[in-house]
Amino acid sequence: MIMTEEWIDIGTLEDIPRRGARVVKTARGDIAVFRTMDDGLFAMDDKCPHKGGPLSQGIVQGDSVTCPLHNWVISLRTGEAQGADHGCTRIIAVRLEQGRVLLSWPGMAIQAA
Amino acid sequence: MKERLVIIGNGMAPGRMLEKLFELAPGRYAVTIFNAEPRVNYDRIMLSPVLSGEKTYEQIVIHGDGWYINHGITLHKGTRVTAIDRVAKTVTTDNGLVEPYDKLVIATGSVPFIIPVPGHNLPGVLSYRDLDDVDAMILAARSRGNAVVIGGGLLGLEAAAGLAEQGMQVSVVHLMPTLMERQLDPAAGYLLKKAIEERGIRVLTGANTKAITGNGRVEAVELEDGTRIAADLVVMAVGIRPNGALGKAAGLTVNRGIVVDDQMRSSDPDIFALGECVEHRGATYGLVAPLYEMAGVLARTLVDEPAAYNGSVTATKLKVTGIDLFSAGDFAEAPGREEIVLRDAARGVYRRLVLQDNRVIGAVLYGDTGDGAWFFQLLREGADIAEMRETLIFGQGYAGGSPLDPMAAVAALPDEAEICGCNGVCKGKIVAAITGQNLTGLDQVRAVTKASASCGSCTGLVEQLIGLTLGGDYQPAEMKAMCGCTDLGHDEVRRLIVAKQLKSIPAVMQELEWKTSCGCSKCRPALNYYLLATWPGEYVDDNQSRFINERAHANIQKDGTYSVVPRMWGGVTSAKELRAIADVAEKFNIPTVKVTGGQRIDLLGVKKEDLPGVWADLNAAGMVSGHAYAKGLRTVKTCVGSEWCRFGTQDSTGLGIRLEKFTWGSWTPHKVKLGVSGCPRNCAEATVKDIGIICVDSGYEFHIAGAAGLEVKQTVLLCKVASEEEVLEYTGALMQLYREQAHYLDRIHKWVKRVGLDSVKQQIVEDGERRRALFARFVQAQKHAQVDPWAERVNGAFAHEFKPLADLRLAHAAE
Repeated sequence: MIMTEEWIDIGTLEDIPRRGARVVKTARGDIAVFRTMDDGLFAMDDKCPHKGGPLSQGIVQGDSVTCPLHNWVISLRTGEAQGADHGCTRIIAVRLEQGRVLLSWPGMAIQAA
Repeated sequence: MKERLVIIGNGMAPGRMLEKLFELAPGRYAVTIFNAEPRVNYDRIMLSPVLSGEKTYEQIVIHGDGWYINHGITLHKGTRVTAIDRVAKTVTTDNGLVEPYDKLVIATGSVPFIIPVPGHNLPGVLSYRDLDDVDAMILAARSRGNAVVIGGGLLGLEAAAGLAEQGMQVSVVHLMPTLMERQLDPAAGYLLKKAIEERGIRVLTGANTKAITGNGRVEAVELEDGTRIAADLVVMAVGIRPNGALGKAAGLTVNRGIVVDDQMRSSDPDIFALGECVEHRGATYGLVAPLYEMAGVLARTLVDEPAAYNGSVTATKLKVTGIDLFSAGDFAEAPGREEIVLRDAARGVYRRLVLQDNRVIGAVLYGDTGDGAWFFQLLREGADIAEMRETLIFGQGYAGGSPLDPMAAVAALPDEAEICGCNGVCKGKIVAAITGQNLTGLDQVRAVTKASASCGSCTGLVEQLIGLTLGGDYQPAEMKAMCGCTDLGHDEVRRLIVAKQLKSIPAVMQELEWKTSCGCSKCRPALNYYLLATWPGEYVDDNQSRFINERAHANIQKDGTYSVVPRMWGGVTSAKELRAIADVAEKFNIPTVKVTGGQRIDLLGVKKEDLPGVWADLNAAGMVSGHAYAKGLRTVKTCVGSEWCRFGTQDSTGLGIRLEKFTWGSWTPHKVKLGVSGCPRNCAEATVKDIGIICVDSGYEFHIAGAAGLEVKQTVLLCKVASEEEVLEYTGALMQLYREQAHYLDRIHKWVKRVGLDSVKQQIVEDGERRRALFARFVQAQKHAQVDPWAERVNGAFAHEFKPLADLRLAHAAE
């Protein structure tokens, strides 16, 4: 089966601070959208695999984020905990088109319909 | 009969295209060119050297009049095409000429983007595109007056450097926080800013132009923040956009530029477009290399040879003499990418390569761009670099030499750089003592120079100096690195921030040769604090390098909600404050209201979006942030003292309030809690506080270095003083000494243990002059620190912090 991808426009790149994140609220929970120092764009569930801490509130360093609750370091690329910790946060597809930030996740369209 | 080829525009791209065309098929086309500029084809890239006076117009001409004659080209100089008739296949010009074509090439380039601020059309406001602009600038520069360049990109900086070279006082106004942010990362942007400023050019980043003002001609540029910069000349260099107007009027497909296929063909099969005016696969180009690639493809297409333009990877170099800068490809962070960073502070070198799947996909070089061409080649070829990965960053000529010298930062310090802050000993004195008196070890250096003899924070640096001076025989003790981003320890970083006058995080990372481009969650908050403590009122706080609690000015809880604690001075409150707290708790459905150990009230479970609303209501009742979240002054706990208590010896409550009003708002290496007890029964538990005052009949005992946390520490008595004024002076001095000497995240007791109680006693109690100097520095820093962060945010600062980017819950529910 071929799934057609649906994208939803959530704002502009400039809305997100460099080395920071903003939250998108959805019916299935919060999504954290990160912007790195070099304007890399990443999105994932706003939940640390450890105890569910809001990753959007952490310090962004290179391409990882440090959870504000217990300092787990999560890769923005893979959603996986770094170092000795184990666990993974779900990554959300994100892309930039003409300065606009677009998100997509499986079931988004069904939910929206 | 020859086919008729008409070209609109006479820039570098059509010039190169014709050269190729005449090579491939001499004599096939009869060529007619319309040029809106009254000139032949010249090298537009070389406008900056013309502006700076390094070259003349004649030296940058590519095709002189003779070339056009030799190739039988009809060149209409100063003639503008006003319309294309695609049915009749003719173009019409502003002087009424109608020229038929078989094939038409549109090469109208780009137009400068002009910000439509008030005054943008005043005489004296120029763009920077062609020789007329340059002539006008050179003329204006004769006045030796003030020039403002709006835009800190490639073009703007070249214009600024040229105008400075011509003797003008130049300011660059740039909207973004770092220069050339599209081509450079912030680290290279920092070095560039430094180099530009060294030329006497003023650089204002993060500056938004509000208006250009003047009576009849330009006189000043006004910024959003109210700054006014005098200007006799304003150059607007904020960017260019493709000039597709003619194509659009003729009904061609035009998005950002005239849309072309891989053969440079527009939506009309007989009309081609070339250069900066085109849009190819969604991309537009403003650099010469891709334009030349397009020119080659179009020439082959015009002689019916197969050719395809596949888009270009571009590289940038700044053409300002003495500034070496190179960037190419894509250096944003993205899934699957890694970086290699090399910094050499002494030489002002920064190199960063971005790798993906063992291939170079981006490069930023500053200071030493010799390997730029090689990296660019690796990038374009998509070469596999797995084999040479370890040494890649050192460049093509690397032959296994020693790459990084951990002592480089110390070696590069000037002789007058202060190494020991306690005893005021500079580098030159230490080196002279070592060589002059044949010293061979730390103890000797301490005895002779007093360097590192007090708090010992500069021990690591002194050892490095001994090592540098004596050479390989001396082995300095290993420093405990601050984090994985550097080999330097906290003390070394702190001392070097002062000695090298470093005033921003990118400056520290470059000058101290950080091994990462962006730092980490360990070093960034520490650097932010050290800079804030070292340069009060000057350093701009980096919000993104603070832990969430200090960014949001509230304490994050396990469920992602926040707690809010307003200040209650000395633990004293009133009916009005309590009523306001009760109202806020009800209005915002705050689930838990709890009394804290620091004698105030905690509102727990506040949603982040509600924080500004909660603060607004608390502010309205006269309450400010309690900094319950801060590495800073938390609470001053008091008992009721002589006002009520039958045992009270002094007004401990009043003194506590005075102390809190004096110290609130200060940022410190870790949290600081104070306590004031009215008698030795110690109801305020002052002897487990960072600073504890015990009132006695004859005055005040000044205790320090207590804690009641993971470790329980009883305070030690530092001294006894007679008056409240002295308590304030000693408190300010002690907090300042702690602020200046402690490692980030060390409480006072840890700092005292490290530097020794004797050292603290000597500086605070015995040396009155030093105590008063410390006190004065604390008072000075407080002038910038005592601003209620809640009120700032209620008034709109950092609004993005408290709002979700988007809320899709309602949208989904409604559909």
